[in-house]
Amino acid sequence: MNVPISDLLAALAGGLLIGVATAFMMIFSGRIAGISGIVGGLIPPRPQDVDWRIAFLMGLVGGGALLRIFYPEAFPEALTTPTPTLVAAGLLVGYGTRLGNGCTSGHGVCGIGRMSRRSLVATAVFLSTGMLTVFIHRHLLGATS
Amino acid sequence: MNHRSVAFITGLIFALGLGISGMTQPTKVRDFLDISGAWDPSLALVMGGAVTVYFLVFHLIVPRLERPVVGERFGIPSRRDLDRPLLLGSALFGVGWGLGGLCPGPALASVFAGLTPILIFVAAMLSGMALHSLQKGRA
Repeated sequence: MNVPISDLLAALAGGLLIGVATAFMMIFSGRIAGISGIVGGLIPPRPQDVDWRIAFLMGLVGGGALLRIFYPEAFPEALTTPTPTLVAAGLLVGYGTRLGNGCTSGHGVCGIGRMSRRSLVATAVFLSTGMLTVFIHRHLLGATS
Repeated sequence: MNHRSVAFITGLIFALGLGISGMTQPTKVRDFLDISGAWDPSLALVMGGAVTVYFLVFHLIVPRLERPVVGERFGIPSRRDLDRPLLLGSALFGVGWGLGGLCPGPALASVFAGLTPILIFVAAMLSGMALHSLQKGRA
């Protein structure tokens, strides 16, 4: 455990920005800024409930494009995760967040910020299974990344 | 201002926050989850910072507003029950998050990062969401 101070400050600054973004949506639209819920609501699209979801997605993807231009260090230079692992991870994340009604943003930020019992439990569960998975994957199965 | 522009601005600020915080680095995310290895605790501050802002706004500002700026009412979930889908879904999500080091926001914010593995992950994630919708539609 040897983390540069700059990493801690960056994490805090980014976290505060995420807090501003999610709070902005609550104050201005009265909605929960949960990414899996907003995106999942497009699959399949429902009448009268599409445009704001697409707009959110455009902001999220567009913000990422801005990062690529002005702060490319935000992304790794390469990712060595094998394709089968990526596919399994993606399926689990997509299916699991829809079944559990939220991900790191909806439960982890908005839900905990509201002190919601469901979100506190959901966050404890996904943090635990995430930690257990990394432990097994890295230390028992010997994954290198 | 309308729901569309609010959503766009939210997504934009969200992406910048994710990128600055380190959440768009899958290896760093896995280091954060690796408490028995070379643990990198920094990402705890992402949740800490975000929750602090949201907590203050939700408890100090939202109660003083009759309604949201552009909406009719605040849509705040009221359920308190801990049911099987919540627990099972969150558990599966955690396994996927640990395997790939990616959750939905950072993955989508990385679509233009020029990394093919991200696109594979996003395609699988959207398929997982579609699978859930299909299953729900049949039930």
